[in-house]
Amino acid sequence: MSGRARVPYALLAPAAIGVAFLLLPLAGLLIRAPWQQLPSLIGSSEVRTALRLSLETASAATAIAIVLGVPIAWVLARLEFRGRAVLRALITLPLVLPPVAGGIALLLAYGRRGVVGGTLLKAFGVSLPFTTAAVIVAETFVAMPFLIVSVEGSLRGLDRRFDHAAATLGASRLFTFRHVTLPMLGPGIVAGAVLCWARALGEFGATITFAGSYPGTTETMPLRVYLELQDNPDAAIALSLVLLVVSVAVLAGLRDRWLRL
Amino acid sequence: MNHHSSTIVIATTAIAVTLTACSSSKKAAAAAPSGTIVVFAASSLKATFTTLAANFETANSRVKVVTSFGGSDTLAAQITQGAPVDVFAAASTTTMGTVTKTGDAIGTPQVFAKNELEIAVAPGNPLHIAGLTDLTESGVKFAVCAPTVPCGAAETKAFAAARLTPHPVTFEQDVASVLTKLELGEVDAGMVYQTDVKSAGSKVTGVNFPEAASAINTYPIVVVKDAKNPVAADAFVAYVLSATGQAVLHAAGFQQP
Repeated sequence: MSGRARVPYALLAPAAIGVAFLLLPLAGLLIRAPWQQLPSLIGSSEVRTALRLSLETASAATAIAIVLGVPIAWVLARLEFRGRAVLRALITLPLVLPPVAGGIALLLAYGRRGVVGGTLLKAFGVSLPFTTAAVIVAETFVAMPFLIVSVEGSLRGLDRRFDHAAATLGASRLFTFRHVTLPMLGPGIVAGAVLCWARALGEFGATITFAGSYPGTTETMPLRVYLELQDNPDAAIALSLVLLVVSVAVLAGLRDRWLRL
Repeated sequence: MNHHSSTIVIATTAIAVTLTACSSSKKAAAAAPSGTIVVFAASSLKATFTTLAANFETANSRVKVVTSFGGSDTLAAQITQGAPVDVFAAASTTTMGTVTKTGDAIGTPQVFAKNELEIAVAPGNPLHIAGLTDLTESGVKFAVCAPTVPCGAAETKAFAAARLTPHPVTFEQDVASVLTKLELGEVDAGMVYQTDVKSAGSKVTGVNFPEAASAINTYPIVVVKDAKNPVAADAFVAYVLSATGQAVLHAAGFQQP
């Protein structure tokens, strides 16, 4: 038989329905977009400020997630220890926690009267809520599990014999991790980082709860979109489009760059 | 003769009373509300409308009231998009306007309550905040609603009336978020409604300020055009406007329309 007969049609139909399901709301956004007023709606300095803040905080959150998340993924994938399943469940909790509840939890921990925040305030006079740092914290909290899950999956897919080979050649554990595991893990980390960045960019609930909303410091694009929706739905659609275009451009750019490796 | 005429008067009155009683009972029987109604109400009405719905169900045993609460604007948007709703109670006339403008309401919305702004502070008012001016002092962290939501619009008006430029630490999405920030101690004060202060009980202290009078919020209610159960919907609106309904609203801190 020819290669064509191998196409499992039973999979194609649900796949097509799934694609339509995901893309139709986007099509709705494009169809109903107020194209004529678009330049005036998105040209304002407030929007530019919100967009810049979103891009900066999402990138910072992703950077932190990589530094902390890759080691967590390695621990979860490579170390055998009691309570590993529990640890994994706890770490991925932000995935299922409603973001607003996540924001409250962050306040209870890092707020002025929080478990850690109270000490911070007393010792250094630092109060985290309502600062740009709080936005980054909220985004990292919500988005890092995406990176961990993704990287852990990639780690499990790697052939561990390379690690063993390196070890038998006298490489230390850290050397093996840096020069053998990490390079092979590259695409997995990039995929996880992209997912993490996208989630951070769209973060709303935890951010508005923990960091509040103030133009220039904590008002990111999703917050701006929500507030515009209250009295100017057209502006909200326009802003959503901007966020969409920027994320697609960045994601496509990253993929092109990294998949060539 | 005198005696005779008074008998006639009594007889006529008796007949009239009987007739009225008869006709009213007939009307009630014909229009006795039954079935289910869906009521969309602003978040700030959650406590009162939950009570009103329960009381209305008790008074009309054949009616079931399903309530849904949210931001007035969100609810209005859902109604204009065809959500199956019978009654809509909004937290501002502007929001109600979006529903009447698109022809999604029956008749003219009726104002059933008013609400005034109040400064909410930590219990006992440790920073001795006495008015709007104190909020603008440095070192006082306070939260307001975003100007695009009804509470924020009212707050902007109040500060304008006081000729003050506020510098809040955050523009929240609704009064509930403002209260949360205050109750968790992240801000020293928050601008909310009198009803919010009342329902928060001992968790916050309210500070009234004169400029609130220039930014009073009105709550209109209306029967939605595509109401599946207009009879029960009308009855519910009448109940909210009745003395019994008003008593519930008043107890929660709302002002009479």
